[in-house]
Amino acid sequence: MSLRWLLRRLGLVLYTMLVVSVIVFGITQVLPADAATTLLGENATAEALAAVRTRLGLDQPAAVQYWHWLSGVVTGDFGTSMRTGQPVGPVLMLALGRSLLVAACALLLVVVLAVPLGVVAALRRGGAIDLGAGLLSYVGVSLPEFVTGTLLLMLLADWLGWLPATGYVALTDDPADAVRHLVLPVLTVSLVLMAHISRMVRSETVDVLHSDYIRAARLKGLPPGRIVVGHVLRNAMLPVVTVLALDVGYLLGGIIVVEEIFAIPGIGRAVITAITSRDLPMLQAAALIMAATYAVANLLADMALSVLDPRIRYD
Amino acid sequence: MIETFRRLGRTPQGVLGLLLLLIVGLACLLGPMVAPFDPEMIDFMGRYAAPSTRHWLGGDQLGRDVLSRLLWGARTTVPLALLATLGGTIVGAVIGTASAFWGGRVDEAIMRTVDAVMAIPGLLLALLIVGTVGAGSLNAALAVAIAFVPSMARITRSVALSVRRLDYVGAALARGEGAGWIVLAEMLPNVVAPIVVETTIRVAFAVMLFATLSFLGLGAQPPAADWGLMAAEARRTLHQAPWTMIGPAGAIALTAIGFNLLGDGLRDALNPRDER
Repeated sequence: MSLRWLLRRLGLVLYTMLVVSVIVFGITQVLPADAATTLLGENATAEALAAVRTRLGLDQPAAVQYWHWLSGVVTGDFGTSMRTGQPVGPVLMLALGRSLLVAACALLLVVVLAVPLGVVAALRRGGAIDLGAGLLSYVGVSLPEFVTGTLLLMLLADWLGWLPATGYVALTDDPADAVRHLVLPVLTVSLVLMAHISRMVRSETVDVLHSDYIRAARLKGLPPGRIVVGHVLRNAMLPVVTVLALDVGYLLGGIIVVEEIFAIPGIGRAVITAITSRDLPMLQAAALIMAATYAVANLLADMALSVLDPRIRYD
Repeated sequence: MIETFRRLGRTPQGVLGLLLLLIVGLACLLGPMVAPFDPEMIDFMGRYAAPSTRHWLGGDQLGRDVLSRLLWGARTTVPLALLATLGGTIVGAVIGTASAFWGGRVDEAIMRTVDAVMAIPGLLLALLIVGTVGAGSLNAALAVAIAFVPSMARITRSVALSVRRLDYVGAALARGEGAGWIVLAEMLPNVVAPIVVETTIRVAFAVMLFATLSFLGLGAQPPAADWGLMAAEARRTLHQAPWTMIGPAGAIALTAIGFNLLGDGLRDALNPRDER
């Protein structure tokens, strides 16, 4: 991992954020009903509307408005919410923390469950576990999260009464209760990823099992356990790390739905509220922060890969 | 083409997928003719009716027959998902092929921008678009199509790069053909086969993305018999009538599994590999 590579990669993250900011700003600019009307209501007088437009800089050309917004964002000022009148940044950072907790738990669950599932399915091809994993992967990618989430909620919360139905409890308040509230959302959002990753791990493992070096290891008389852990897993995992990082994008999308279902005050819920209440500054900042999270996740995955695989030489 | 189809018929996924999609296709074609009730007929006595010989899949919160609504709804839900996927794929394929054709710095610039757009989660991009142009089925289809463009561009480019090096592209250049002609008429037809698999599987995603947008109140609007909207409505009345969920959820799952299986079957049929 050379310094040059790292700098170039950071440059790409910056370029990504610039493109995303243009898109997000551009899309939200054409939102019907301008901010002044949102703020004052339909019955406001023309003078009052004009005054608010001047105060918010809405009478300026779009490019100037973009520049003001962007220079604010760079200095950490994401603007003021039109709904609550409070600065957007701190609110969203708090929400992001809650969303990241759900996302991190989901990723952990995927790694702990889907990876071994895929490996075992590949080792025992055609066996019961392979068929079960195949079936799971089709079910996982065939129902939208709001349906699977609802079904899980009915089963585990309503009928069996094992878990609380909705809501969010901070880890610092009551760790045990917080974990109980996390189970359903995490399970829901990770189902699609588990389906995807377990299939991916399976096909990668099958590929590696067919390679010459595994045959060599077998002929050399290495015990099967050591072949799987030392040779197969290590090589099969490399593409999986890349895909897992790409899936973070899907995960962030899924979190929007899951937070809505389970009433978690995270960044996804902020997006929905911002769209329905036409709260532009909130929407722009939330979208930008989500994209930034994704870009950073991919950067971290690339860095992890270059450490895991000494063959990769970035330059 | 016929050979591919014959090979598809030999893969178990392909056969099962085709079978499921045949059912969905029949529902789209004949649905309104075989539906036992008017999908909009409100029957207050039959609210939350349990499944019976009269209402096979029960009645919803307004007493409308769920089965009839499913059969009518197939006509909007499935074609819209297909249309959105095709639209997104075509635009993405043209961008990806053009990027591979030009190569060099242009390719670099296009692909970095595509990567940047992909940093916005698909659902978020769709939400932003629908939030802008307004809720509704057609707008949701547009949003799904746009959300598919960047990833399809990336996939197509990787295929088109190898096509770019082939002799016939060089020959076309030597003949002095225009860039537009080469991209659209010479290269694009040759990158289609590999991206067909991806497109097929995408239709399943489109169905679900649609349903999710309807759930969030930004897709199909009541009283449309859209499957996603029906599932979302059933969700709200789950405690009174859990069975109203079975119909729409089952229909969505059937379609999604059908396209996923067909995609997997096509992948095997297009590049036959040994014993996998």
